[in-house]
Amino acid sequence: MIPQLLLLSILIFFLAKQMPGDAVTGAFMGKPNVSAEQMEKIREQHGLNDPWIVQYGRWIGDAIQGDFGQSFVHKQPVTQLLAGRIGNTIWLSVATLVVTYVIAIPLGMIAGRWTGSWADQFIVTYNYVSFATPVFVFALLMLYVFGFVLNWFPSGGSVDIRIEEGTAEYVWDRLKHLVLPVLSGSLLLTYSTVQYLRNEIIETKMKDFVKTARAKGVPEHAVYRRHVLRHSILPIAAFLGYEITGLIAGSVFIETIFSYPGLGRLFIDSIMTRDFTVVTALVLISGAAVIVGTMLSDIILRMVDPRIRLG
Amino acid sequence: MLTIHNLRTSFRIHDEFHPAVDGISLTIHKNEVLAIVGESGCGKSALALSILGLHPPERTKIEGTIEFQGQNLLQLSTAELNQIRGKRLAMIFQDPMTALHPLMIIGRQIEEPMKYHLTLSTKEKKQRALQLLERVGIHNNEQVYQQYPHELSGGMRQRVLIAMALACDPELLIADEPTTALDVTIQAQIMELMKELQRQSQAGILLITHDLGVVAEMADRVAVMYAGEIVELAPIHTLFHNPLHPYTRSLLHSLPSSFGQKGRLHVIEGMVPAIEHLKRSGCRFAPRIPWISNELHEVNPVLHEIAPQHFVRCVCHQHFYLPTERIGDEINASITAT
Repeated sequence: MIPQLLLLSILIFFLAKQMPGDAVTGAFMGKPNVSAEQMEKIREQHGLNDPWIVQYGRWIGDAIQGDFGQSFVHKQPVTQLLAGRIGNTIWLSVATLVVTYVIAIPLGMIAGRWTGSWADQFIVTYNYVSFATPVFVFALLMLYVFGFVLNWFPSGGSVDIRIEEGTAEYVWDRLKHLVLPVLSGSLLLTYSTVQYLRNEIIETKMKDFVKTARAKGVPEHAVYRRHVLRHSILPIAAFLGYEITGLIAGSVFIETIFSYPGLGRLFIDSIMTRDFTVVTALVLISGAAVIVGTMLSDIILRMVDPRIRLG
Repeated sequence: MLTIHNLRTSFRIHDEFHPAVDGISLTIHKNEVLAIVGESGCGKSALALSILGLHPPERTKIEGTIEFQGQNLLQLSTAELNQIRGKRLAMIFQDPMTALHPLMIIGRQIEEPMKYHLTLSTKEKKQRALQLLERVGIHNNEQVYQQYPHELSGGMRQRVLIAMALACDPELLIADEPTTALDVTIQAQIMELMKELQRQSQAGILLITHDLGVVAEMADRVAVMYAGEIVELAPIHTLFHNPLHPYTRSLLHSLPSSFGQKGRLHVIEGMVPAIEHLKRSGCRFAPRIPWISNELHEVNPVLHEIAPQHFVRCVCHQHFYLPTERIGDEINASITAT
């Protein structure tokens, strides 16, 4: 895991350096009263003119100690900046993932068990539509309908700032702020889980061990719950890591649209303002999340499938 | 105990139903081992699965009656059938590699029929499962109880499947090629075990196999199936000593034997036709014995009771000879002539 992260960090740092413009250009964009010489002086001061490998060495050395440098735009340490928002993003991602599975697993089970029924056809249609819908279009639609026209849910932010922290009302308000972003994400994220589960159930229900279960007199609902589902859930578990990757990409759009103060929105803002230190730190975190997700998949798969257990 | 009457099981292929089991009538008595033999594709397994109602209903049509202790199994709902399956009627499947759930420990799988059919506490169930494992010759039962199928050998898994079938002391056991997937030495052990268990339990067994050796060892009566029909039904002794139907004779003749004849084994020409191409009139075996002329077959062959308990389909057996026999006779004739 460590070598992967190191390789990733080099790649990210190098690519970021290749982008046109740097933090100085970003910081003084639209400020014509700063001359080119002054900007050059600032660059020299912050070591931005050193070769990239030197800059990388400096950066990674600090990063290992948890210091990702100073944000040029926010004028505060990147670590501190991220710490304030990472909670929101994790909170949003976990909620999205849970809701995705809560919706997708029953749908996949129904579609797989009653293949060809109207319910199955409906689910498959929903699946294609959700797969084809871009998240930013759908999220905007949700925002417009439920946040603006119907006004059922707040249209932005993570919590009403007037509410005191730690009260029940505070928790309730946070949840209310989560509804739209979570639904926008999870209603579109279900397709892979539904499709995998449906296919897997269709395949599993033909297997010999299912016939054995029926021959033992196991009631039909238990045949599906105890025998078919147990076997069909394996690829879903294996897919979790990939699902996390999808969440990270999704959170960029969702957080921006719902002005949710998380890492995704920070990412877009930082790219726009060339806040280079923040961008590299964020990409590195996303990369780490993908690696951790994949590892998590392996661990879960090893837990649910005795055939690949070690020792 | 089990009476099958005029059973016809048809499968849908390209929107048409084709019978794989075509008008079979059979009776299995208590404490009897009835073997059904035939080539692959003759409808043996389809028959077995019909009895337990294990064919996918949307692709299968089953006609006739299967009477098990006064109830017609074909008219029961799935819930009613579940009261019988695994309890009074159990099945041992062909392939022990795939018939066990790969993610469930052996103990749980053996306990499952008890869970639905018997009222036992968790402890009693475990105890019974361990006893069953012991009974099928697994002496490290405590260990096997906790293991997953992939940790066991094929023979062990087949023993587990047998233990599972015996979990609720069934009155009738359907064994669908129980030894086919095993290697020869293990086959012998499993047959020995089944014989022993049958003696103890007095259960009826419907043994489905294509292995005449297995039949000879275990069965009381034998039904020979060809292309969905029974062509000969006889007590074991009669079948081996006085086989009549051309198919039975060809089968017995294609076995290597340790005594008597030498030289090449007999090979039955052609193969069992696929069910959608099968000609359903006349003697179905006729195309595979082309040297017997058409007039010698019955137009609509029926089972004739040749001797008490000995039934043969079609009259062609009266004129049938095997090509090798004829050659043998000719050689003998030429020897005596000189």
